[in-house]
This record gives sequence, C-alpha cells and structure tokens, in this order.
Amino acid sequence: MADTRTPTGTAPRPSGGAAGRRTGRPLAPVGRRAEAARATAGSGRMAALLVSPTLLVLAIVVLYPTIMALTESLYGPKGLDPRTGFIRSTEPFVGLKNYADIFGEAGGRFWNAFWNTTFFTGVTVALETVIGMAMALIMHRALKGRALVRAAILVPWAVPTAISGLLWRWIFNSNGIANGLLGRQILWTTEGFHAKVAVIVAEVWKTAPFIGLLVLAGLQVIGKEVYEAARLDGAGPLRQFWHITLPLVKPALLVAVLFRCMDALRMFDLPYLLIGAQKNSVETLSMLAQDEASNVRFGPASAYAVLLFLYVFLIALAFVRLLGTDLVGDGGAGGRRGGRRGIVLSRRAEVTA
Amino acid sequence: MKIRVIRAFPCSAALVAAGLVLTACGASGDSGSGQSGPASFEGRGPITYVTGKDTTGTLQPVLDRWNKLHPKEKVTLIQLPTDADAQRQQMIQNAETKSDAYTVLSLDVVWTSEFAAHQWIDKLPERQFPLHKMLKPVVETAKYRGGLYAVPASSDGGMLYYRADLLKKAGVAGPPKTWAELKEDCAKVRKLPEGKGMSCYAGQFQKYEGLTVNFAEAVNSAGGEVTDADGRPDVDTPAARKGLDFLAGSFKDGTIPKEAITYQEEDSRQAFQSGKLLFLRNWPYVYSLAQKSKVAGKFAVAPLPGLNGPGASSLGGHNLALSSFARNKATALDFMKFFTSEQTAKSFLQGASLAPPYARLYDDPALVKQYPYLPVLKQSVLRAVPRPRVVQYGDATSAIQREAYAALNGGKSSAQALTDLQKDLKKVMGQ
Repeated sequence: MADTRTPTGTAPRPSGGAAGRRTGRPLAPVGRRAEAARATAGSGRMAALLVSPTLLVLAIVVLYPTIMALTESLYGPKGLDPRTGFIRSTEPFVGLKNYADIFGEAGGRFWNAFWNTTFFTGVTVALETVIGMAMALIMHRALKGRALVRAAILVPWAVPTAISGLLWRWIFNSNGIANGLLGRQILWTTEGFHAKVAVIVAEVWKTAPFIGLLVLAGLQVIGKEVYEAARLDGAGPLRQFWHITLPLVKPALLVAVLFRCMDALRMFDLPYLLIGAQKNSVETLSMLAQDEASNVRFGPASAYAVLLFLYVFLIALAFVRLLGTDLVGDGGAGGRRGGRRGIVLSRRAEVTA
Repeated sequence: MKIRVIRAFPCSAALVAAGLVLTACGASGDSGSGQSGPASFEGRGPITYVTGKDTTGTLQPVLDRWNKLHPKEKVTLIQLPTDADAQRQQMIQNAETKSDAYTVLSLDVVWTSEFAAHQWIDKLPERQFPLHKMLKPVVETAKYRGGLYAVPASSDGGMLYYRADLLKKAGVAGPPKTWAELKEDCAKVRKLPEGKGMSCYAGQFQKYEGLTVNFAEAVNSAGGEVTDADGRPDVDTPAARKGLDFLAGSFKDGTIPKEAITYQEEDSRQAFQSGKLLFLRNWPYVYSLAQKSKVAGKFAVAPLPGLNGPGASSLGGHNLALSSFARNKATALDFMKFFTSEQTAKSFLQGASLAPPYARLYDDPALVKQYPYLPVLKQSVLRAVPRPRVVQYGDATSAIQREAYAALNGGKSSAQALTDLQKDLKKVMGQ
C-alpha cells in the first residue's frame, strides 16, 4: 500500500508551485487506478481498492466543492429585468470580471479586509504562541491539582466561538466589565483600533489553550534524563528552556502554529458577533464572502472565497516549504508527516469550515 | 411556449466560507419564464408554515385551531432561528433549491420586494383579502410593483417613550411634538435634582438594521424621503439633511449620549429602564417590559416627534407569502386568509402583543385597556413610511448604515454622507 502511495503522491511535487500541485491532485486518483490495473501483483489492486474509499470521500468533500466554487466564481449575479421587474433566471457568464471587480472597483474594501485578516492572523498567532507555551509549561509542571489546572486552562477552547463572541460582547459592552476595570468608557464595538483590540483579546483568550494543548503533548515526550544531564552540566532554567525544551518541542509547536494560522486566516464568527457586520476595522475576507452570498450574489462570493483559499493555500505551502525542512531535520519522518498532514487539513479546513 | 426546460444545471454547489454553506443553484429555463398571468392555486393537503422561533407560545394554539377544522389539510410549523438574517438565509436556500418543504413564509416587511422580484413567492389575488380594513401603510409593505405578493399578518411602529413623572415635575405640559421641544424639555428636566446626569434621547444607532430604521425615521420626520414615490432614491435633499443633522447634531451636543452609537433595541431599553434616559425611541414590545422595571408607572408613550410637528415612524412587522415552489397552494391560500384574519390578529395581539394590521382593533376598548399604548401606536403606524422597497434591500440597507454611521460618529458631514448615499443607492438600484 505504501509502495503505490509514495511515488504517485510525491511525483507532482518537484514540478512545484501552487498550480502544479492543483492540477496534479485531480489526476492523482486516475493515475493511481491506472497504475494499479497495470500491476501484475494482486497487492497493487488490493491497495487501490483499500485507498479508493478515502479518495472518493476526499474527492467529494474537497475536490468537488473547490471546483464548483471556481466555476461559480466565473458567473455574475442574476440581473433584474427592468421590463418585468423580475430577476432573470440565469446567471450570466462573466469570465474573470468578478476578480477584476474585486481588485478594481471593490479594491478598497478587499485590501482593507486582506490587511485585517493578515493583521489578526499575525498578532493573534504570535500572542497565542507565547501564552500557549506558558500554559503548556504550567500544565506540565503543576503537580498539585494538575487535572484541575489543565481543565481550567482548556475551558475557553471548549466554548464554541459563537458563544464566546456573545460573552465578550457583554464584557466589551459600553457598561461592561472591561470598561469597569479600565475605569473609563471605551466604545469597543465602534470603528477604530479598539475594535481590533477587542477581537484580538477574545481570540487569544479562546485559542491560546489549543496551542497549549499541542505543546503539552510535545513536552510530555521529552525525556527527563535530558534535563538531568543539563542540570548536571550546570544549565539554569532559562538555558534549559532555550536549548532543550524549545528545540525538542518545536515540531509540535510548528504544527500548532500552522493550524492556528489556517484557522485565523478564515476568521469570521468572532468579529461578526463581537463587533458586527460591515465594520471596516474588523472586516475579514470571510466576512466579505458571506456578505456577498447573503445578498444572493454567489458568483462574487465564490470569487472572494477562492481568493481566500489561494491565500490560505500559499501560506500553508510557504509554511511547509520554509519550516518543513526543519521539521524533517529535527523530528524525522514524524515531523514531516505532520507537515504534510497540515496541508491536507488546511485544505479541508478551508472547505468545510 | 410555456415549456420549462429544467435541467439539473451543474451551476453551483456547496461553496463554503467560514461556517456558512452557501448553495447556489439555478435552473435554466426559457428566458424570463415569468408568471405573466395570475398564478393558479390548486391542490389541497398538508402544508407548512415557516417563521422565526416563536418565543411567546401563542403560535401553536392558532395552528391547532386550523388543524382541528381542517384535519386533512394540516399545517406543520417550521421554526427558524430568532435572527432575521438567518431566517432570510434559510428561506432563500429553500427557494434556490426549488424545494417544496416550505409553503407559507412569514416574511419581514422589508423582504417583500426581493422575494417577489426573484419569483420566490407567488402573486396573490388581492380581492380575496380584506385589505381595505387594514392600515394603508402596512398593506403597502406587501406590494411589489403594484401587485400583492404578501398579506400583512402583524405590524410594528416606533413610539417615543418618555418619563412622564419628570416632565410633569419640570412643568412641561405634554410630550414633545418637535425635536426642538424635545431638546427644550430635556434642558428643563436636567435642571431638576432628579434629572441630574440623565441623558436626553436615544434610539438604535449601532451599525445594523436598527440604524436604517432610525435614519429613515429622522429623514421622513423632517419631511424628506429616502426613496420617492416611484421608488427612486431621493436622499440628497435639504429636508433629508435636516433629519440627519438632528441625529448627528444631537450626538455632538450630548442630547444623545455617546454610548448610544453602540445601542441596539435591548441596550436602549436597558438604559431607559435604569433611568438613564428621558426619551427613548423604541418598538411597542418595550412597554410591558418597562412596566415591570424600576420606571414602572413613571413613563408614557407618544408619537415620534419631528422637525416641525409629529414625525413619521418606520414600519416593522411580518407578512405572509406563498412560496412559488410549494404544493397544495389552494390550502395555503385558505390558511393565509385564516391566519391574517382579524380574529387571529386579535389573538396575537392579546397573547403576544403583536401589533395588528387591522385598524379597528386599535380602538377596541378592551384591548386598549390591556395595552394603553394602542391609540399612540395606531397614529404611529398610520403616519408611518415603509423603509425603501428595493429588490437589493441588503445592499441598500448596508449603504444607508455605512453613510449614516459615518455621519453620526463625525467621520463625515451630513451633507457629504447624503451625497454619497444618493450615489450608492442609485448604483444599488441600477439607475
């Protein structure tokens, strides 16, 4: 099974680039099936048979919607017939006009959303990494009430984002706790930098435990003897952290950061619920797509979604290309698998989320 | 000629962005396949009634009454989320997939044009409904291009809630009829020891549908209009500017508290109930809730004030429409007649305090005793101006919210905001 998988799976990789991979994917199942047919050994056929349900599911949940979204993005909204007063029943084919509009007419809104998305991703993931790391160290160390500490730290992650959005809306209400603690009245849900701050605080609160959880798993596999040896050599706690903990936990941390990036890039529910729709300060790319779709313009909505998809895809690819080599060097095959799983998961996240 | 070629056109499928499954499907037919003649209403049997979540518990008894009378044409209740946008989304999805799952739809008054223009709902026989007994502005919300596409089931109008106790103490004879009076009264009350630190006026100014309502009310109350008699945008006028200036100026001079820019209905109700506000623009539902709060017995309602006299409210409420893709339309039509009858409207008024579309109920002494605000609400609804009736209502309301919000938080002058809004609305309406 592994034999048939590896060559076809890796074959399109050297061609590189996003386009190469994308065209490579749809062909992959066909190629695999053809190869299996050619194989004289029954094992090849068996392998194909065993893999096919997975491929089928992937084709249905990943490939089909992606292609459909791409196709849909080439159609414009149905027009209003001024004579009858009715909307026409077909969507006109407009080619790349939806994309041209996004970068032309609606460019201001798009780039604003693009920068918001990028800004949120950068800031929240950086903060989450630091805080999540600290949480993991605490969860790892805490001896008394260990279960309680872990549960307490994980609670925010267990709260659905929509609910946490509503909770934080109460906190950031004009008469809410946040203003009470700060001792002055900031109108958090109005336009401005404070709206961004509110989103970031709520997002970090919610997802830092996720990084903490994954890093904790990484911490637990580090052997005690490594630390003992370091202590004998006279390394202080800080030195131990920099030279032992961090390098050894890096594969797990990178996977966690990658997941969080993917997640943050398609952020929608938190700004939508906490601050509100159509607020320039917090509008993200997903919100643009949703806005178009809710106004029954599925073509432009798809175009936004496709652009977001490409953006997420490129980030994921960059991540794996830039840091993937490190993963291989440090973590061996396990790390690499983690990286590749990252891609698949990111695609899935993009489509299903 | 009337051949409808319905192909399973591989047009669109699940495209998913951030928690929303957006399905878009179009069947290609002969161009314009419009219903030029009146739709026929045939078929009897079970149907469904689709509406937002019923939190009052008054809906099912009404349906039970129908089901008892028509055991072979039972109505099943389908409840959608409380959130209006989510309701609209699900109804659109049902229509785009041409599903017959939904029969009778409870539409927000502002959706009529969009649903009618997409032919998601059928044109209804006007003569079969007692429209002449209903309040005229309410009936207008159910029309598209002169045709009746829905039947009013409930209405809603904005009213001015005011602290009668404080006005009396300050020596003010009655509620203000104009904005100038409102500000004067407010200054007087603020001089009282009880009025110290109170804010004067608030409505709903968060960037959401409520802002569109409040903006339209301000413009209409100053004698302006958002769209003219032919439905064209006409918002860049001196009258409209005076309306928006009232709101923007009130924010600036502190008549409206700064935090009101974050208010939705509930926030403003809380502020009024906790005694922070002297005047509040809100819907009738606030009345019974405020009666149980600390301002109970201290407040009263009046029609909205305007620039030179009484103002004009926007209209809320729901209309019943018939899904084009439904089966058993004869039953559906009968059910709609039953559901929008005066008797049903009365039971909804009594049980759920939904404002009825029927003029007579507002004058019913027994009902007025139960709901003392009814005479005021009647005036409010009679003078009301429906929000713009636009096919692309979603775009129109976003444009209004964007510009009004910019004017209120001082980002733009009223004049500039209205000029921009006029341009945006023209674009939305394709003119």
